Amino acid sequence: MHASTVVRAATVAVALAFGTAADAKTLRWSSQGDILTMDPHAQNEGLNNTVSDHIYEPLVTRGKDLKIEACLATQWKAISPTTMQFKLRPNVKFHDGSPFTADDVVFSVERALAPTSNFSPYMQGITGAKKVDDMTVEISTKGPNPVLLPQLTEVRMMSRAWANKHNVQRPQDFKNKEETFAARNANGTGPFVLKSREADVKTVLVLNSNWWGKLEGNVNEIVYQPIKQDGTRLAALLSGEVDFVLDPPPQDIPRLKKDAKIKVVEGNENRTIFLGLDQWRDELLYSTVKGKNPFKDKRVREAFQLAIDLNALKTQVMRGLSNPTAVMFAPQVAGYDKALDTVVKPDRARAKKLMAEAGYPKGFEITLDCPNNRYINDEKLCQAIAAMLAQIDVKVRLNAMPRATYFPKIQKFDTSLYMLGWGVPTFDSLYALQSLLHTVGQGGDGNFNLGKYSNAKVDATIDALKTETDLKKRAALTREALSIHKADVGHIPLHHQVIPWAMRSGVSVVHRADNRLSVKWVKIN
Amino acid sequence: MIAFVIRRLLQGVLVMLVVGFIAFSLFNFVGDPVSLMLPPEATQADRQAMRENLGLDRPFYVQFATFIGNAVQGNFGISLRLGRPVSALLVERMPATLELAFVAASLALLVGIPLGVYTGLNRNAWLSRFFLAASLIGVSLPTFLIGIFLILIFAVWLGWLPSFGRGDTMMVGGWSTGFLSTSGLRALILPSITLGLFQLTLIMRLVRSEMLEVLRTDYIKFARARGLTNRAVNFGHALKNTLVPVITITGLQLGAIIAFAIITETVFQWPGMGLLFIQAVQFADIPVMAAYLCLIGFIFVVINLVVDMLYYFVDPRLRIDGTAAGGH
Repeated sequence: MHASTVVRAATVAVALAFGTAADAKTLRWSSQGDILTMDPHAQNEGLNNTVSDHIYEPLVTRGKDLKIEACLATQWKAISPTTMQFKLRPNVKFHDGSPFTADDVVFSVERALAPTSNFSPYMQGITGAKKVDDMTVEISTKGPNPVLLPQLTEVRMMSRAWANKHNVQRPQDFKNKEETFAARNANGTGPFVLKSREADVKTVLVLNSNWWGKLEGNVNEIVYQPIKQDGTRLAALLSGEVDFVLDPPPQDIPRLKKDAKIKVVEGNENRTIFLGLDQWRDELLYSTVKGKNPFKDKRVREAFQLAIDLNALKTQVMRGLSNPTAVMFAPQVAGYDKALDTVVKPDRARAKKLMAEAGYPKGFEITLDCPNNRYINDEKLCQAIAAMLAQIDVKVRLNAMPRATYFPKIQKFDTSLYMLGWGVPTFDSLYALQSLLHTVGQGGDGNFNLGKYSNAKVDATIDALKTETDLKKRAALTREALSIHKADVGHIPLHHQVIPWAMRSGVSVVHRADNRLSVKWVKIN
Repeated sequence: MIAFVIRRLLQGVLVMLVVGFIAFSLFNFVGDPVSLMLPPEATQADRQAMRENLGLDRPFYVQFATFIGNAVQGNFGISLRLGRPVSALLVERMPATLELAFVAASLALLVGIPLGVYTGLNRNAWLSRFFLAASLIGVSLPTFLIGIFLILIFAVWLGWLPSFGRGDTMMVGGWSTGFLSTSGLRALILPSITLGLFQLTLIMRLVRSEMLEVLRTDYIKFARARGLTNRAVNFGHALKNTLVPVITITGLQLGAIIAFAIITETVFQWPGMGLLFIQAVQFADIPVMAAYLCLIGFIFVVINLVVDMLYYFVDPRLRIDGTAAGGH
């Protein structure tokens, strides 16, 4: 009896799906790695979040232009400096047919706050959620939180009843040494439903015919297949076995552009690559200079900056796929000021003069730590920088290593000169300023300020930014922090990454700075 | 006989321990999985807590002993990347690797032996020279390059065969097989050629040189003198006697095919154990790497043991050695 009802419902759903979209299409796409888990609170990783976004939805989301839009919440207002009230969208159903209510929001917020959740960066300052009635919730914060809405775009909603039934009230905990049900099964409210999943092979999503929103594209099935090898991934695109590749290798972009069957869409990524310098040790760890630290002298930092030709890096190493910069975050981030982002012109003569003034007319030796599988052309960039620094007599030993060894090393401050890239998922300057520029301290202050740059004025400005809710004042504070830091040459910004997506020419997509493909906007001819 | 097997088994255990030890020592250099498992914003305290949870804070020898203790019971822990038991992952991936290895080995034998016989019998034919020259490619080109070439030709230019994956698979009693669907069989072609080409050329050259040697022996001359047909001489007498070394080499190469499937699997995104291993390396997924290396070590140990035992039956001298070991 029950089973037959399900079958009938399924038949109707399928009929609806095919009936409404006569030209419905399958999108087959690929990138290097696989989705790690289906659990929406277990892995805060780019690809994982991209796929989660199709199955699970947050209260508020980002539109095509990255502006905050309504999603599972239709309205919101601050009822006190520390409480925001959300009205939920009525008549939303989970994929298993159960209704979405305030209980599910309270549960999901608690779940994302759990110690095993990987989403703590998005939960900073959030203390909990309270049900007012079935369609109203209040989310409370420790203090005034100007970036609450951007944070909530990454907090996806699960069903409390489903989680209880399958015993997945907490995100996966590696201590328990067992697999959780939520890692391979999913039940969200989003436009697509998980149909099948084979790790490292294939994940299939099909259109949710009961979705509350309106599909702008014509895709009714998504097939994701990771292909690790660059050459094979491109071959699959060229032979038409996949329609879309998220991460085509940069060196192949010029050739792909010449192929009439292939389309390349480029856009700014919300990620900035820069060099950091040890400015706190009294003697550098990996250098020939003994008894003092040359990077404590601003003239040396400036000389390094003047020696590096950012435009040459762009044309020679990045093949045009970068936007040289003088600031620490990308133009999409709130608080960005074009006036500050004037690229420093290379000036070798002046760099040499500064080195001589600082007492290093013959230069010195230093080690540059560099990842080799994290950012676009990371190792090649470091090689080019080493060659440029050699021209002001700084002999660079390059220490390139895979990310799994690189990050633990530099996070222990075990470096004299390093390269790092920083993305800003909240699209708000505080995220970058607090992590990179603030003096190392508690609660995320300076947690990636690995050269320990420190300026009390910058700290004061960032601390003010943490609680300031007025947008104009925030922009002014951001500008102030950045200008002081720029004058200090606290870091050496290199460029904002540009990310190309490659697809068959019949596919149209919306390119977003967070490198996320949203299939609800994809059209296939 | 029993003493011989026991001695071999003990040696096998020793080899396994050494493999496990070396594998474990290597992990100190692959990096810290904790940095990949926690968000960048995690504090030092968070990292330390995670390290303790995973047991990574304990001294090396304690970790190693725990690992061996659990491994003996078939428990290799949980994958840090996929959050699933490692043993389940390996069992899931094994059919893909074994099917690929099986097809590659069959290909090497079924093509390699006839080619070897032909080139051995017709030393100076231009076709023989062609095969020999072509076999140099199989010996000298690296596997990934052959794979990329095949993909370029047959998937991109001609569009005949898929460039990656296993096609549609079916479950037959817990074993996922690609033998039962057209797309599964088509998907097998390029990777199995890539994987088997080296073995194919090796077997061809081996059979050829053995044939040349055997054809010069007296019993072949006598067989001809008896007026036996060419066919009976070449296949009934000559080929049969060349096969003993071929069987030995094939047995040993089977282990190599399974172990070195890593490269082929990576090039063709073939979802086998090798691909699992490569991905584990990038993620510093220690439990998967350890289990895989031990498994490969185990396969080699077993194959060697079987080959040794076959020798024991085939070669009577070994049996005499065993009983009169003191005589040396």
